[in-house]
Amino acid sequence: MSALKNIWIVYNRELKAQFNSMLAYVFIVIFVLLSMSLTFLLDDFFAPNAQDASLEFSFFRWPMWLLMFLAPAVGMRLWSEEQRTGTIELLLTMPLAVWHAIVGKYLAALSVITIAILFTFPVVITVAYLGDPDNGTVWGGYLACIFYGGGALAITCAVSALTRSSVACLIIALSLCFGQLLIAIPPVLDYVADNWGGGFADVLGSLGTWAHYTEMKRGVISFSNIVFYFSMIGFCLFLTSVVIKSKRS
Amino acid sequence: MISVENLSKSFGQKLAVDDISFEVKKGEVLGFLGPNGAGKSTTMRMVTGYLPPTSGEVVIDGINVADDSISAKQKIGYLPESAPLYSDMTVSSFLSFIAELRGKGKSDVDAAIDTCFLDPVKQQSIDTLSKGYRHRTCLAQSILHDPEILVLDEPTDGLDPNQKQEVRNLIKRMGEDKAIIFSTHILEEVEAACTRAIIIDQGRVVADGAPDELKAKATGAGSHTVKISGMAGSGIRSELSSMSGVGTVREFASSESSFSGQVLPSNKVNSNAESIFNLCKEKGLLLEELRVEKGRLDDVFREITKTDTEISERKVKVDESHEAVQD
Repeated sequence: MSALKNIWIVYNRELKAQFNSMLAYVFIVIFVLLSMSLTFLLDDFFAPNAQDASLEFSFFRWPMWLLMFLAPAVGMRLWSEEQRTGTIELLLTMPLAVWHAIVGKYLAALSVITIAILFTFPVVITVAYLGDPDNGTVWGGYLACIFYGGGALAITCAVSALTRSSVACLIIALSLCFGQLLIAIPPVLDYVADNWGGGFADVLGSLGTWAHYTEMKRGVISFSNIVFYFSMIGFCLFLTSVVIKSKRS
Repeated sequence: MISVENLSKSFGQKLAVDDISFEVKKGEVLGFLGPNGAGKSTTMRMVTGYLPPTSGEVVIDGINVADDSISAKQKIGYLPESAPLYSDMTVSSFLSFIAELRGKGKSDVDAAIDTCFLDPVKQQSIDTLSKGYRHRTCLAQSILHDPEILVLDEPTDGLDPNQKQEVRNLIKRMGEDKAIIFSTHILEEVEAACTRAIIIDQGRVVADGAPDELKAKATGAGSHTVKISGMAGSGIRSELSSMSGVGTVREFASSESSFSGQVLPSNKVNSNAESIFNLCKEKGLLLEELRVEKGRLDDVFREITKTDTEISERKVKVDESHEAVQD
């Protein structure tokens, strides 16, 4: 019980800090504006030959790319700021376990990302007004976004424990997220399969985020997708605690 | 309450704390002294469970910090060096956050705000506060849960003289029913607030005792400064030197009819005041001035932590090894 209570207290403070710093608002506004405008302006959403009112290939194409930049931006201060200002010393001498603090802070940042994703709801209303979308793909798409954002944020969380500089954290985390996306896009996988064998390509494909994201946004929420994201998040948060502990010894 | 045994901490090759042991009982205020980089903060960080020790152990009220750090942390209030705070919060919301983590309520927050004189700024954002207020906010954080053990790393750093006095009084008052460790490099603070002092240098305890005991270790401690007239200075000097219990006599000034100087005892336990007085009485001399030197903490501190020469020696060695590498 005390674990939940501690997580809740840390979560609350961190969420307030996210909104106090204005960064959360900036993030939400940028995310919503960009994802909407990319959908409506770049895609053939309103094209006369559009067959069905679907969000799968229009709206949900973009959040992955946007979150790749914006999840590190939301998470970059999680631990780097604590270390830069020395408040980590205060937090870790409170009667709570390190993982309470890690989970609380992570969930607060994840909430900011989730709020941003959910604020794109007008696009769902639009498509429901214009046609009859497949609700499965809408839900799948939103889940894909939240899980992808959660994964990118977990990577950022681990990186932010490594450095006192939030800018360095942003750049490193962004590169890692981009790399994880890149290793599993079809052209790369084809090349790998041709040169190093299909088995290696399969492994790469399941470690990368591309396939998991595209599958989920199609409305296919498979067990392996969920396991992939949960184990990735769990591993990164565990890594965060290892880094925080080893930095002090 | 606090028991530290054979505590060591190394960061890579550098040994920051080297086999330190001490104990602090309830009702004791332990002053931690030492030059910068002596290992004061590192030791305190290990006591509070922030840093895991490389070897040795810290036991807080029967709880080994390494085994059950959460229970130990509940008993400790800690003011870290440089008083870190979440600067985006207001004073009262910050203290409420700490109170929640400590399982305390609003009345405790209000009490801490009162004790640390934070009432005028409690709704202010922490990043707009002056250094003194920031420091006191962090101090309020450490005493909020009325801990049995207080660890304060330079609690008066950055405060003005009045605030320093307030904090010292606060420490002294709280020390009556708590075990307190605080570090400082202001020596008068030790005399003002401590029941015991430890001097550490290069990670080792080099002196441990009540402030008065430490002062007695100073070179000049126990000596008497005298001014005697009624006889030729050289005569008075030889009379003083020939007394039993007198080591050396230093001369400040001497004239045809008077002598002033310092009488050092042959060993520190002796007090020569009475024999000096008797000497004057017997010879019919006028004892114009007789002052006992208690010794100053400054002197003790400087004598036992005098490492400047060692450091420069080491530097030379390092430079030589650099040259060797370049060759």
